[in-house]
Amino acid sequence: HDALYCAIWTFSPAISRAKYCHSVDLHFCPHDLMYPDSADYPDLRKHNNCMASHLTPAIYAKLVDKATPNGYTLDQAIQTGVDNPGHPFIKTVGMVAGDEESYEVFADLLDPVIKERHNGYDPQTMTHPTDLDSSKLKSGKFDERYVLSSRVRTGRSIRGLSLPPACTRAERREVEKVVVDALAGLKGDLAGTYYSLTHMTDQEQQQLIDDHFLFDKPVSPLLTCSGMARDWPDARGIWHNNTKTFLIWINEEDHTRVISMEKGGNMKRVFDRFCTGLKEVERLIQEKGWEFMWNERLGYILTCPSNLGTGLRAGVHVNLPKLSKDPRFTKILDNLRLQKRGTGGVDTAAVGSTFDISNLDRLGQSEVQLVQTVVDGVNYLIECEKKLEKGQDIKIPPPVRK
Amino acid sequence: MEKINDKMAKLTIKRLSPEEEFPDLSQHNNHMAKVLTQDMYTKLRDRATPNGFTIDGVIQTGIDNPGHPFIMTVGCVAGDEETYEVFKELLDPIIEDRHGGYKPTDKHKTDLNPDNLKGGDDLDPNYVISSRVRTGRSIRGFCLPPHCSRGERRGVEKMSVEALDSLSGDLKGKYYALKNMTDAEQQQLIDDHFLFDKPVSPLLLASGMARDWPDGRGIWHNDTKTFLVWVNEEDHLRVISMQKGGNMKEVFNRFCTGLTKIETLFKDKGTSFMWNEHLGYVLTCPSNLGTGLRAGVHVKIPNMSKHAKFEEVLKRLRLQKRGTGGVDTAAVGGTFDISNADRLGFSEVELVQMVVDGVKLLVEMEKKLEKGQSIDDLMPAQK
Repeated sequence: HDALYCAIWTFSPAISRAKYCHSVDLHFCPHDLMYPDSADYPDLRKHNNCMASHLTPAIYAKLVDKATPNGYTLDQAIQTGVDNPGHPFIKTVGMVAGDEESYEVFADLLDPVIKERHNGYDPQTMTHPTDLDSSKLKSGKFDERYVLSSRVRTGRSIRGLSLPPACTRAERREVEKVVVDALAGLKGDLAGTYYSLTHMTDQEQQQLIDDHFLFDKPVSPLLTCSGMARDWPDARGIWHNNTKTFLIWINEEDHTRVISMEKGGNMKRVFDRFCTGLKEVERLIQEKGWEFMWNERLGYILTCPSNLGTGLRAGVHVNLPKLSKDPRFTKILDNLRLQKRGTGGVDTAAVGSTFDISNLDRLGQSEVQLVQTVVDGVNYLIECEKKLEKGQDIKIPPPVRK
Repeated sequence: MEKINDKMAKLTIKRLSPEEEFPDLSQHNNHMAKVLTQDMYTKLRDRATPNGFTIDGVIQTGIDNPGHPFIMTVGCVAGDEETYEVFKELLDPIIEDRHGGYKPTDKHKTDLNPDNLKGGDDLDPNYVISSRVRTGRSIRGFCLPPHCSRGERRGVEKMSVEALDSLSGDLKGKYYALKNMTDAEQQQLIDDHFLFDKPVSPLLLASGMARDWPDGRGIWHNDTKTFLVWVNEEDHLRVISMQKGGNMKEVFNRFCTGLTKIETLFKDKGTSFMWNEHLGYVLTCPSNLGTGLRAGVHVKIPNMSKHAKFEEVLKRLRLQKRGTGGVDTAAVGGTFDISNADRLGFSEVELVQMVVDGVKLLVEMEKKLEKGQSIDDLMPAQK
């Protein structure tokens, strides 16, 4: 009886248009034969995102009948970009990866998207340097009359399990299990506790909110349209160490987001802990036969192509009352390869004159290089602020090496 | 693919067990959560419809929306006509619970002959502000909104617009594609209360039916603005007949005439509406099976609605109240949307008859209460 409803059980990496078919290996879907690819090509005329800029009908036709070994398809990868046309001033990426293989199978689209988003980085010819040796960082202690807090974040994906847009409930639970088991092995100032979103008590929830640690179900359509919020809050949680300086989000936009942070300006210590913590977690998962998704073409593999390479955002909350009102502020930031955000994070406005300043780049430079860029850049901004306080003039710095 | 290492390929081929995949429904209150057991999931997980729709697709909206202690949502959708067959073990008990004990062996009667409606042309317009009948239709051979591809959705739009464009007389009208309408057209449609927008309800979004918005979506209405069709919102087609005042008979006449004409046009093109003698008309949400029909009025019943027996009366008449903004809105100033509670197991004529007779009674009761009289002798029997 079941045979009437199940298609053929042939496993094939290149299968035609298997929509949302995680658990069934379909050989072909008969109804796909009814429509030419042009009938399914999305209408992107009002769109302004990287996917829309590069998805030609020819590329669509070439990739639409492919799927990764997990059954993830092009239509799924681009859904978020189709559903979110974008903003004339802010160019979003417009697509996601459902698994590690997405970056190979859909390379004809992802490579140009990556190249545009990451300033010309060409995945076909270049290699990405990974360097988590924090001892190489020079200076890294900011003037605390200006810098209020320091933070470094990245993401890591567990090889062999699909990414949040495509993972099944069991895979997501597996990610949680693998990571939580590893975190339980952390010691010393890294020792901590896991709080599952499903099981936390009201008291724990309140404490996490007060600490500004709690993440909630995403509301941004950029994220929800990719399918990453399915089954919320199943297998989602927050781990942090007892001193609240090392924090891990599980199964939000990525398998893991790893955050090291402190009040004050000691970026060096924040980065030290970041690197130590990451390496420890990696060692602990390797003991159990797992590893992170990484390759030398793209560095660390994450859900959004914008986070490839290092996935690293190192930043500070810094007070720059005079500099932020100077008309040259934006150009200075650009040349320093820095980005400003409000203190609520991406897409928020600054409160007063306190800004979140962080690195623009993610791919093509190592972790050490990017944190150094932030250290050097923020020091320069503070120097400018001090000069303006004294009534002296400031200079726009030459563009740093990209 | 040769660049990907051995370990990766091995891990991805592994299939995780149904026990590991089974959703956590411990906080949930919807029909799907009530019915879905581990054994059922294990069995259904190995199936897919011919279009590749799976159990996870069916239940995703119910997992993502645990529901409300007082309001029992359905918690699942169909991705195509075959869903109702392939996932029978899950859907039959849900249908039975939702549709008042409707059994898998029951037959549903379709009756779109408006001559069979008795009365209905004289609901008191001092109380009944407007009358409306809506239903949905799905075009056989195309996947439903949760699962359709862009090509299919556009195919539904094209075929529907061709059919609607050939309507004539008082049904003659025009199509407004959501993505092409001018600002002036958009404003007019808003003023007419015709415009539908991208759904915001997570119940709908979680099923995937809002993908690619607004591609393939639009609104068609006749020149007199009494017959309206939504294309590719929650269903392939939503068909609405409406007018001010209490002449439900005229509304229903137009409804039946329009639907029958549209169906004929589709048959001429070699297809038909999804329909079978067990489930009647097949739609995306199991709650809309059978007739998919909601016949209702906006009626002023400020006294009746405050009466202690209001809910009981509605229950006996098999009617449902809503605010005038539609489902999940509150009533404004004693004006309610009153409509049939049932969809499946009764014919269209029977349901509209219940509304006509029931609203007539409610208005009588309202008049009595206005005069300070009792309504006890008007209490109806359970239908």
